[in-house]
Amino acid sequence: MQVTETWVEQCSRLATTIRSHCLRMTHHGKSGHVGSMLSMAEILAVLYERILRVDPARPKWPERDRLILSKGHGGGALYAVLAEHGFFPREWLMTYYCDEGKLMGHISHHVPGVEFSTGSLGHGLPVAVGMAIAARYRSQKHKIYCIVSDGDINEGSTWEAIFFAAQHHLDNLTVILDYNKVQALGFTKDVLDLEPLTEKLTSSHWSVREVDGHKVLELEKALSSAPFEPGKPSWVTAHTIKGKGVSFMENTVACHYGSVNDEQLAQALNELGVH
Amino acid sequence: MRGVFNQALLEIAKNDDRIFMVLADIGYGEIEPFAEAFPDRFFNVGVAEQNMTGVACGIAMEGNIAITYSIANFPTLRCLEQIRNDACYHNVNVKIVIIGGGLSYGALGMSHQATEDIAIMRSLPNMVVVAPCDFAEAIAATHAMIAHDGPLYYRCGYKKEPAIHKKAIDFKLGRAIQVRDGTDAAIIFTGTIGNQAAAVAEELEKDGIHCRLISMHTVKPLDKECVIAAAKETGGIITLEEHNASGGLGGAVAEALLDAGVQPKKFLRLAIPDCYVSLVGSHEWLLDQYGLSAPKIEASVRRLLAA
Repeated sequence: MQVTETWVEQCSRLATTIRSHCLRMTHHGKSGHVGSMLSMAEILAVLYERILRVDPARPKWPERDRLILSKGHGGGALYAVLAEHGFFPREWLMTYYCDEGKLMGHISHHVPGVEFSTGSLGHGLPVAVGMAIAARYRSQKHKIYCIVSDGDINEGSTWEAIFFAAQHHLDNLTVILDYNKVQALGFTKDVLDLEPLTEKLTSSHWSVREVDGHKVLELEKALSSAPFEPGKPSWVTAHTIKGKGVSFMENTVACHYGSVNDEQLAQALNELGVH
Repeated sequence: MRGVFNQALLEIAKNDDRIFMVLADIGYGEIEPFAEAFPDRFFNVGVAEQNMTGVACGIAMEGNIAITYSIANFPTLRCLEQIRNDACYHNVNVKIVIIGGGLSYGALGMSHQATEDIAIMRSLPNMVVVAPCDFAEAIAATHAMIAHDGPLYYRCGYKKEPAIHKKAIDFKLGRAIQVRDGTDAAIIFTGTIGNQAAAVAEELEKDGIHCRLISMHTVKPLDKECVIAAAKETGGIITLEEHNASGGLGGAVAEALLDAGVQPKKFLRLAIPDCYVSLVGSHEWLLDQYGLSAPKIEASVRRLLAA
């Protein structure tokens, strides 16, 4: 009897594939930011499997949903999911960070399926807000999603956009915070404490839900029900773990910049159950 | 000029629903007609220039033309990285308009003197840099700005600048306009400081010194042919700008000549020296202090030609 994989299993499997790609890419390219990639694997898996209306055959399809990855340093994970969804050949992944490579360290709109280039924090949300305004002006039905990081929320420009989006009732906009609570030099609570974040956002007239960012069911339930309230932009705080899935990386500051050596790669892939 | 710009934009926007204005709480008394005519294409983001530029970029990414508008350095330096990474790198139709470049705001002080804007904006790939000198150029530049596909910086005058062009102009981005001909020297100016240049040329003419007067309304892309011709055909080149001497029009002209291997007979850059404006006084008084009033410019040109 053939056993059909449920969508939850599909998403979980895709998240593992994303992680394994990211580990191999950063190992091969000798680049950093792998911890920031691993924390958002389920977020991307659920978005591409269940939420986003996109077409790999037509990356510029006008009716597509827009996804802006504001934490451009985690772009390796987005490249991985785009390759898995057929936006470009999987072979490109191993050119990440390499001479004559197809994929630069931070996310690039020169790659099929990537909406917008980022790399400096605090840029994604204002642009997403502009796209939401443009869509509403022309009564277009597509939605705009923006993935932000803890570091993004340090930036004043992100807060400028938070206030503005609420002022203009942009309920076609959903922000997903990959809240791994670790930034470049330390834990967010020690660097620039964002808490109480939900209270800050709700008092700024956003509709907020908090989920476990590694549970695909919770992510799917929240993202599929946006907008949470008519007339308000939606915010999903996805509580995640930096370096998720690799024991020696999880919840460490070092994995922000770090990559893995040969031995660590083997161990990490083994822990993920990938061979 | 700002009124002329806003009126021209309003007229264009009546027939082009791609045009949005995104501004940061600046424009009182000027932008209201656009806001009233097109409330769903007008956004005041509050005092938040980074968001202004990012939002404009997002609007432009969707096939629209977004104009950011403010005074002095607010829509350029405060949000320079948004201009670079978002607007210019993605090469979208974000048009950055400032009111009052150089020393226009007089006694308001250093924060309001845009004295490095041309150098910074022209160093950005994909950016076009425009500074019209009078109403005729301002109107033509507004049309050209909308017609141009890509980011553009428009340095707009603040006052009722008198006409420099005495006849109809043929305005094209990247092509200078010769205001008057002459071979004793060429004064190449950009923006509203052209008023002083025109007055100087008139005065020198009385003494039989015939100056070629060139409005370099587009600093980038620079009209290199015009510059090279001026170097070859006149007794010397004087560049004139209301801007720091570093990297502005004078620098662009010098680069073009050196790149072409053309040496002008004489060369003088008239600009604001490499300093911050800490003097207190009116626009006209400040121009004079920095050698950019008509009498001071005239004296500088005479010294150059006599040397």
